Formats: sequence, C-alpha cells, structure tokens
Amino acid sequence: MKFTGRAHCFGDNIDTDAIIAARYLNTTNPDELASHLMEDISPGFVEKIHPGDILVAGKNFGCGSSREHAPVAIKAAGIPVVIAESFARIFYRNSINIGLPIIESADAAQAIREGDLVEVDLASGTISVGGRVFQAPPFPAFMQRIIQSGGLIEYVRREVKADA
Amino acid sequence: MTMAEKILAAHAGRDEVHPGDLIEARVDLVLMNDITGPLAFKEFDKIGVETVFDREKIALIPDHFVPNKDIKSAMQAKELREFARRHRILHYYEVGEAGIEHALLPEVGLTRPGELIVGADSHTTTYGAFGAFATGVGSTDAAAAMAIGKVWLKVPSSISFVLSGRPRRWVGGKDIILYIIGMIGVDGALYQAMEFSGDGIRNLTMADRMTISNMAIEAGGKAGLFPTDEVTFAYLKDRAKGPFQDIRPDEGAVYSETYEIDLAEIEPQVAFPHLPSNTRGISSVGEVPVDQVVIGSCTNGRIEDLRAAAEVLRGNRVNPNCRAIIIPATQEVYRQAISEGLVDVFLDARCVVSAPTCGPCLGGYMGILAEGERAVSTTNRNFVGRMGHPSSEIYLAGPAVAAASAVKGRLASPEEVCS
Repeated sequence: MKFTGRAHCFGDNIDTDAIIAARYLNTTNPDELASHLMEDISPGFVEKIHPGDILVAGKNFGCGSSREHAPVAIKAAGIPVVIAESFARIFYRNSINIGLPIIESADAAQAIREGDLVEVDLASGTISVGGRVFQAPPFPAFMQRIIQSGGLIEYVRREVKADA
Repeated sequence: MTMAEKILAAHAGRDEVHPGDLIEARVDLVLMNDITGPLAFKEFDKIGVETVFDREKIALIPDHFVPNKDIKSAMQAKELREFARRHRILHYYEVGEAGIEHALLPEVGLTRPGELIVGADSHTTTYGAFGAFATGVGSTDAAAAMAIGKVWLKVPSSISFVLSGRPRRWVGGKDIILYIIGMIGVDGALYQAMEFSGDGIRNLTMADRMTISNMAIEAGGKAGLFPTDEVTFAYLKDRAKGPFQDIRPDEGAVYSETYEIDLAEIEPQVAFPHLPSNTRGISSVGEVPVDQVVIGSCTNGRIEDLRAAAEVLRGNRVNPNCRAIIIPATQEVYRQAISEGLVDVFLDARCVVSAPTCGPCLGGYMGILAEGERAVSTTNRNFVGRMGHPSSEIYLAGPAVAAASAVKGRLASPEEVCS
C-alpha cells in the first residue's frame, strides 16, 4: 500500500478529545464524525484538508480516551495514514483494528513540515519526503495480517468461518 | 514474573510470558457503555456468530450520557438495552440501578484478583486495584472479544512503584496518582503496566487504590496493578461473585524502572490545564478563581470521596461566585450518602446533588463550562475543551481540595477551610 499526500502537522499529546470532541459521541456515523475532526484545536480543519492528505504528529498521538470514534473520524475524512513520533496505545490498536494505517517514526515526524509532499510505503515501512527516506520498524506478522484483512472484524470473521 | 506477566500467561495458556510477546488471551469480562457499545454492536453483527461467547462474561452499563442527554444519546442507550435483551446479557444494569461503570462493577462483585478484564473505556484500568489485569480497548476489540471470548495483546513490561509511609491528612489516592503522573509524564508509562507495592499500600483504602489504578491510563499505562492483601479480601468477602485468589509478583520479578515513593512526602496535588501531568502541590497554586466545582466520576465518586468532601463542606457554604456539583457514582453510594447525612451537608452548603452519571467529566452535560470558565474537578482529564468551551480550564484535584475550592471560590487547601 503506497500513499502520497500533503502533510498536516500537529504537536505532542494530541488527545482523543481534540481529535473528536465528546459532545459528538452520540453518533457512530463516520461521515458525521469526520465533519468535526480536530474542530476544537484547529477550527476549519476539515474544510482545509483534501482526501489523501497525511496527518503528522509528535509524541503520544491519540492519548486520552479509548474512543474508536477518533481513528474512525480520521479515516472517514479521507486521511489514508497517520505518521507520529509515538502513539498512545489504545489509539494505536484501534487504528490497526479499523484498518487505518499508522506509522511510528520519530525521525520522519520531526523532519516533516506543514504542506510537505510525503510518500509512504506501508509494506516496507518507508517514508519519503524532500529527497530523504526514513525507515520505520515493520509491524509484527500478526498485525500485518489484521491490516491486510482490512481490520480486526474481517480477520475474526474469516477465522470464525474457517472454524465452522 | 510480574503480576501482569502472571495473569497474561495464565490467560494465554502458557507457563510464562515475557515483555514483547504477542499473545491471544481468554477474557473473563468484556465491558461496554452507552457510547462505546453501539459502535461495538455494529461490528459484532458483521462477524457472523449467532450470539456472544458467554452471556455471563459481558457487562453493558449505560453511564456516559444517561439519564439520556438528548435524542441521539437516548437512541444509543436504547441500542445498549436492546442488544442486552437480544443476547440475554446478564450484567446489564438499567438506569435506576446502574451507575458509573468503574464504580459499579466492583460494587456488584465482578472484578476479582487474577482476572483479565477488557473494557471499551480507557478507565477500565480501575480494576487493577483488585489485582486484575484490566485494560481499555476500542469498540472493535470489544466486539471481537464478545464474539470469541479472546483478545490479542502484547505483553507489557512493568514499572514498579514502591510505596511506603502513611499519607498526610487530606491526601488520598487522587493526590498520589497525580503526584506520580506529574513525576513521569502523560506518556511515562506508555505501553507498560504500572505495578504498586510496598508497605505503604496497607494505608490505602480500596477507594484510594481504585483512584490510583483508574488514572494509570493518564500516564499512558496499559494497566495499574495492586497486589491483594487483607484490605482487598475484606472488600471482596461480601461482594465477589465467586471465589477469588491471592495475587502478587514473584520474588525477583524484573521491572523496567523502579520508583520509591514516601506517601508522607506528598501534599494535596492539583493538575493545571491542560495535561494531567501539569501538577503542583496545593501550597504552590497561587490565586486562581474558580467558577465551578465537580465532585464525582469513576475516579472520585465513591462514598469515601463524598465523605472527604462533606468533611470540608460541613458548616460551610459554597462561595456565591461558584457552583458545586456533586455526583455519587452509583445508586448505592447515593443512598449511603443520604443515610450518612452527607446529602444534607451538601444541600446546606448550596451544592447540586446529581443522579449517577459521567456527565460533565467528558463534556456531556450536568455542568458544562462556558467561555473562559474555570472548574476544579475530581475527574481524570483536563485537555482543552474536555468539560465545555474550548477556552474553559479544568484543574484536577481530589475531593477535599475540590470542596475547599468551592467554599473559597478559588483553588484552596482543605486546611484553609478546616483546621
């Protein structure tokens, strides 16, 4: 899976309340959630971005609540991958489970500037920007299978079918 | 092995596990609430199983936006109720019996030492107070766990916090965990289990331990575990639904880091906006006027917390420039607060006393903040916009500091109100 897009950069400790405010948790509709992405910390963000744009963040991205609505909102807004220095653990596993690709690379996250054109190759874990290439650690095989299945539910569905 | 390693090994059917191992583990309990349930049910229906793996190992608790905050929330609560009916879920608690999930589940005896509990709510870590490996997951994980009774996990390394001494007056579990988060940062325990030990533990009530474990997630922790002792057994004796075991780490268990903390050194803490790690001792807070005080939540809504607040509020009144909202975490706590005369103390002090709900903690309702307003709250997060307007500010504290701040109309120590 390869993605190329313009980078939108955020800092450290972007929490799930910032990604999608709790007042919108009375819906599970992905498009509705996407329309409120980053609303409180970056008003007008959704109007600014284009499908295919890439989110880049500092440390501990997605900290706070376990709400899966956060990666759902990001995915539904058309963002194909998130690059961060580090991810909070519940957000990390939620992203894998719903099939939102994420890459952890401190070097890449620190090097990318707002508006940079970034190319990500998920299979090899490489991030290219401005002629520089960064290497992220690959996912364990088990997680790669989940991502390739399109998420945990599809993965489990196939297992259950196989067992039946 | 550490406690985390022991519990995960047992649930993965292995003799031992090491940090970094990827395992598939049997779960003892899967928990969801009214905002995480609906998303989980959607995903569950895609899996293709007829029903849940075990109708007695699932808990569905309406607490975030109930009693229903608005039509959409009512629809979500209805979905929770209907799924519970359809799959004959034993542990569904209706509004009127229910309460905040992380206060209710221990009350009804569903959290036991050595168990593996996953919940679609980050504060599931609360049950670590009982020596359970309890961790927050998303709705999709919860859906899969409901279907197959298992979850994939990476075995975490563990950080040891050795507690000694006796806490000072007015210092409780909240101050201790805020102190720790202030020390290690909001990602200080990222991907790791926090494990508490030392002879200071016996000076902590189960409520203190639950508060501490509850906020393990605010340091990025995967779990926050206490070993069992007489205090744990006394709590479980009359409540636990089934037998329970002793659990503690092995001699020679390996930790990634060790911190030694003298509980007597800690003064009441306040976490300033906008991170739970932005802590200061109450003696260093300066002059900070406050518009609202919230005492409640899964962190500090238990009877012990209400007693601490009442001790400060008794004979005093909430400052005319301030509103105080007190939220017992469960119906049982509410009833006990009434019978102990605490609700009279609260009403005499000009406080609001609400039905159990998560409400204002996550900006739901029952006390939302306007532009520029400041709240002192016994809840667990103070990120931008958490309790209302993006320009509002939240100062996290324990119930005694929150109550004193309500009386003074500014951040205040309990010692300024009671001598």
